[in-house]
Amino acid sequence: MNAPTLFGLCAAALVGVGLYGLIVNPQPLRKILAFNLIGCGVFLLFGAIARRGAAVGMGGDPVPQALLITGIVVAFSATALAVALVLRLFDETGSVTLASDAPAKAQADPPDA
Amino acid sequence: MPHSLSTQDVTSPSGLLLVLAVLVPFIGVLAGMVLGGRGAQRVAFVILAAGLAIAIAIANALVQSGDTVVYILGGWAPPLGVALRADGLAVIMLLAIAVVIGGIGVYARADFGTPPGVREARAPLMFWLLLLAVWGSLNLVFVSGDLFTLYVALELLTFAGVPLVSLGGQPETLRSALRYLLYALFGSVLYLLGAVLLYGAYGTLDILLLAARVHPEPVTWAAAALMTVGLLAKTALFPLHLWLPPAHAGAPAAASAVLSGLVIKGSWFLAVRLWLDVFAGVVTLPSAQMLAALGAAAILVGNIVALRQARLKLLIAYSTVAQIGYLFLMFPLATGLAAAQIDSTAAVNGGMLQAISHATAKAAMFMAAGLIYTTLGHDRIADLRGVARALPMTLVAFALGGASLIGLPPSGGFLAKWLLVSVAITTAQWWWVLVMLVGGLLTSAYVFIVVVRAMAPPSEGWTPRARVPYYQQVAVLALALCSFLLGMAAFCPVDVARIGRAVVPEIGWP
Repeated sequence: MNAPTLFGLCAAALVGVGLYGLIVNPQPLRKILAFNLIGCGVFLLFGAIARRGAAVGMGGDPVPQALLITGIVVAFSATALAVALVLRLFDETGSVTLASDAPAKAQADPPDA
Repeated sequence: MPHSLSTQDVTSPSGLLLVLAVLVPFIGVLAGMVLGGRGAQRVAFVILAAGLAIAIAIANALVQSGDTVVYILGGWAPPLGVALRADGLAVIMLLAIAVVIGGIGVYARADFGTPPGVREARAPLMFWLLLLAVWGSLNLVFVSGDLFTLYVALELLTFAGVPLVSLGGQPETLRSALRYLLYALFGSVLYLLGAVLLYGAYGTLDILLLAARVHPEPVTWAAAALMTVGLLAKTALFPLHLWLPPAHAGAPAAASAVLSGLVIKGSWFLAVRLWLDVFAGVVTLPSAQMLAALGAAAILVGNIVALRQARLKLLIAYSTVAQIGYLFLMFPLATGLAAAQIDSTAAVNGGMLQAISHATAKAAMFMAAGLIYTTLGHDRIADLRGVARALPMTLVAFALGGASLIGLPPSGGFLAKWLLVSVAITTAQWWWVLVMLVGGLLTSAYVFIVVVRAMAPPSEGWTPRARVPYYQQVAVLALALCSFLLGMAAFCPVDVARIGRAVVPEIGWP
């Protein structure tokens, strides 16, 4: 087994574990972490693809590496936004749960314009 | 593709307009952030007008030249560089979105305006910035020529859409925003995985190059499946729709209109791009049937659940779930036509018309619901008496929007469903006709329930809780009229959707 294949399999495992976590875990923070795990798997796969596409005189295909960096930035901002929402939710209700019938200061009237 | 790749590898004379269509809204976001408060609102209105002008200019360039408008970024042609392309489909969406955003902007002036003497607040500022950000990201989705730029555009759209849900800041809306964000992230990471697989297999992410290179093999199927499921989660197609009703119903009316009318169209449009352009030779009729079967389930479930809602905004949100189903009925019809080697324009036109008429009608209906809420102080459907007295124009707008959703002539919904039904019959897929007819009946049931309740005379001595400005009612009615008169598009002399696209479809596989 050569290196790109090994990394590709690792990536598949990461994506699998992340997907499982995203679907099964009820807590938002764990879901966010699971999303990052999937993201890591995808980025690793992209890295492996870059290595496999190495051309003469170059250690790897540069295009995936450029896209990777963008992808990491996007995943980072997504995580930041999600964590900010979780924190705000905790500030407002004192608990972090996605169940809509949670105790908390639930109000009778949904907000409107 | 009828066009050789070389004609799409050079910047068109008016190609710069595509860059402007994306950049101008984002310049507005930055300027608004610096100016703050009232400044942001002023900037937003300048950008709304400028953006509409740009969209019209692009449409003009497309029709004049009769070919796709292309801009090659930095002069680097694909596969190394990135291209922006606007074909007929993209231009139709650009125009429709510009009009709807304009209508929503006028409406929102009352809800999110900061009149002189009133302290500037955070929510209005955020609304105007996010409105422009949604617009810029949508424009990028429509004109992007490669799958990675599309990924970034989709993420931008999510980041702009999620905060719109929680503008109010109440716990319940925060929760729906978070749920929406998690669904969207799940969708985008699957999409990215599919794009990565495609790059690994074919060494390019450019849509045209990929379309020429892909062939049916396991890696392509895996990529197509991953990307499609990801986009379905973002579009909220049944059974991945659970996040939509609370998110869309909980947001302020103007934000609901943006989310329900526009944001979900971004990921849907991308699914259309993938299935019709990138994977045209890879997708099979059975897989398209599966997609439409989910759509059919969405139509039935969404409409029936909508009928059981007690609140107007939730009813409209579930109606969106159902209408998303119609958007996906076009896939087996287009694939079926392509497989029979018939021009698939009729099915594509039907789908596009459905998207535009839904965008205008749903925006109008959500904004009408917002006006009803302001006037009555609640939106319980059982207790809508007096609306016809206080808001005659708004009720007419609601009914016109509803008529377009039902598919009464001459509405855009009628023409869309007419095209889809006739294609379904041509390609011997009669079961979709049945779904559309039942869906239309269910839709008419809940539209009539609302209108009849609203027509009831108010009790003695009843006065509206608040007066709504006249221009808000006009904005709602104008959007509803757009949707209702969209059926007149049948008389349009140029088949815009077809420009820059394959006229004779590639042979489907198998």
